[in-house]
Amino acid sequence: MNSDTLNTLDTYSKNKYKYGFVTEIDDEKPKKGLNEDTIKFISLKKKEPVWMLEWRLNAYSKWKKMKEPKWANLSFPEINYQDIYYYSAPKGFDKKPKDLSEVDPKLIETYNKLGIPLEEQKVLAGVAVDVVFDSVSVATTYKGELEKLGIIFCSIGEAIQKHPDIIKKYLGSVIPPGDHSFSALNSAVFTDGSFVYIPEGVKCPMELSTYFRINAENTGQFERTLIIADKGSYVSYLEGCTAPKRDDNQLHAANVELIALEDAEIKYSTVQNWYPGDEDGKGGIYNFVTKRGLCAGKNSKISWTQVETGSAITWKYPSCILKGDNSIGEFYSVAITNNFQQADTGTKMTHIGKNTKSKIISKGISLGKSQNTYRGEVSFLRKAEKARNYTQCDSLLVGNQCGAHTVPYIDSKNNTAVIEHEASTSKINEDQLYYCRQRGLSHEEAVSLIVNGFCKQVLQELPMEFAVEAQKLVSISLEGSVG
Amino acid sequence: MFLEIKNLSVKIENKKILKSLNLNINKGEVHAIMGPNGSGKSTLANVLAGKEDYEILNGKINFKDNDLFDLNIEERAQEGMFLAFQYPVEIPGVNITPFLHSAINSKRKRLNEDEIDNLSFAKLLKSKASDLGINIDMLKRSVNTGFSGGEKKRYEILQMSILNPDLAILDETDSGLDIDALKIVTDGVNKLKTKDNSFLIITHYQKLLDYIKPDYVHVMVNGSIVKSGSCEIAAEIEKDGFQKFQ
Repeated sequence: MNSDTLNTLDTYSKNKYKYGFVTEIDDEKPKKGLNEDTIKFISLKKKEPVWMLEWRLNAYSKWKKMKEPKWANLSFPEINYQDIYYYSAPKGFDKKPKDLSEVDPKLIETYNKLGIPLEEQKVLAGVAVDVVFDSVSVATTYKGELEKLGIIFCSIGEAIQKHPDIIKKYLGSVIPPGDHSFSALNSAVFTDGSFVYIPEGVKCPMELSTYFRINAENTGQFERTLIIADKGSYVSYLEGCTAPKRDDNQLHAANVELIALEDAEIKYSTVQNWYPGDEDGKGGIYNFVTKRGLCAGKNSKISWTQVETGSAITWKYPSCILKGDNSIGEFYSVAITNNFQQADTGTKMTHIGKNTKSKIISKGISLGKSQNTYRGEVSFLRKAEKARNYTQCDSLLVGNQCGAHTVPYIDSKNNTAVIEHEASTSKINEDQLYYCRQRGLSHEEAVSLIVNGFCKQVLQELPMEFAVEAQKLVSISLEGSVG
Repeated sequence: MFLEIKNLSVKIENKKILKSLNLNINKGEVHAIMGPNGSGKSTLANVLAGKEDYEILNGKINFKDNDLFDLNIEERAQEGMFLAFQYPVEIPGVNITPFLHSAINSKRKRLNEDEIDNLSFAKLLKSKASDLGINIDMLKRSVNTGFSGGEKKRYEILQMSILNPDLAILDETDSGLDIDALKIVTDGVNKLKTKDNSFLIITHYQKLLDYIKPDYVHVMVNGSIVKSGSCEIAAEIEKDGFQKFQ
């Protein structure tokens, strides 16, 4: 870690969750609760075509018959779906602002505070950003430049209006609305999110990024992201998330679908820092996320990298369906839980095509009284000749009151499949801390250094600009856990 | 007085290790402590560094006008105390360069000095490494991870030369070293030696003292210093062993 990072750490340590502020802004919400009227309200607000409303209502009727999946190693009170607002927009967003001069200055200030300036010239060099505030997309930067290459990067709402054919073809094609109750819920009430289409043969020249922010109280955020990489194309996409500190739990149930056609590659990175709740376990985001990628074509590749430090509850399994022959799926994960956080996260790799390969690197770090579970499923279907998987799950425990669990499932219907699995659990060793401190590092710096070292294999998969951010985030998440 | 240990008694897990130990070290002096296994030499080193496993029963330690017991491990280090470990621990994944960079800056911060930036630090590290005959490739590795015994000790000396301590404690740094490695390590110490810093060298064998000339040699037996004097004591020990001091 360099001196800048240490400096930043000092600054951060004065404020435990620095994104916990609330923006005072008039917002517009329907009545609380989930019913057909709420869905009609959302669809109307989004000026959606009739087919989209029908799609939503169809998902809603499925949801009504479903129960939440209960197999995860998580405990939380029953979610009251009728006590949640399903849509919240800063007032006056009926029409999406054409440029930044039409955006409420308070919103711009909020994003500046979060370190996400909307003005293009200030945006991290070479990163195009789509920003979602509660339920609506606020601004997409660098749009013009991307359009020249034929790349479509806009909010999903806009895509439904402007590119209905692509949406109809792909939306719900990887995560069917009836997959499980959270995907049905999302399909019924999703509000905004990003849409990306990379045309054939185009390598997207910059990182595409979405920033999600939950501001309004008692509001769920149900974003939907759809990324399609056409033949021979490449895109790297990053999402980041924060939310204000609130005593109540807030629900976040996102769906992300990726489709990689022949020879295409999608790299999807997440830095998730939703409000985790306080030291006593009060408040925090319930994060029930479904992320799934389809390697549809030959030689395609989908790579998920996630750094999960926030949320009271994380339920998330970014997965790959390796349908095309020779396709590759990767999952790199760092999950840190502190205080009373609970994380049950991992991946699913489904090998369908010949010579498909998957790689799973999971690093779980548990501190305080938290529980951290890796759950993974690797399956080889009958036709998956010579498919391979490599899985490595490492857990690091800090203190005596936390828990780390590893639950790997393997299912092989093809005897040519090769599976390697390595797992380890370790504790931060007192001798290591003594050694670091004897060189002048504080206890917290030493833990942070060791944990960052433990995660390095995953952090280095992140795009450069964000690797440093992620390192800082890792350090912040460890606060108050030692000493 | 630079370092003053007065009447120090220490126990660990109900076993008394140090018994009314006294030792004074002035600025610019090199002291060697020799003693048989289990005499409490390493305990003394760790008590000075601030390791928390020990219970101080009695006594006082003064270091650069500080009551040493008021300072925690890192504060002692930042004040200029350095312990070259007998068994340096491996820290996988933590790269040597940023590790040492953070260490030097935490010391500078305490002394209200400007932090050293990445580039200047990289230069400093390279030049110190080449002074000690350390391959630059080693600086790309994780702290002590997969190092041979000799590499670990050399790396301890490299850290010492970067952090430039006022008091360097070498805990059996010579153990497990062949003659070549021993020469590199002792050359490093001799290069670092000035009139403003002091060394406390803990060793089991007299061989180390062929390369580093201490101003004082102390014999430690059963938790106390039983004899102090010049280099000649070391020769006596070499000849007759520790028997006659027990």
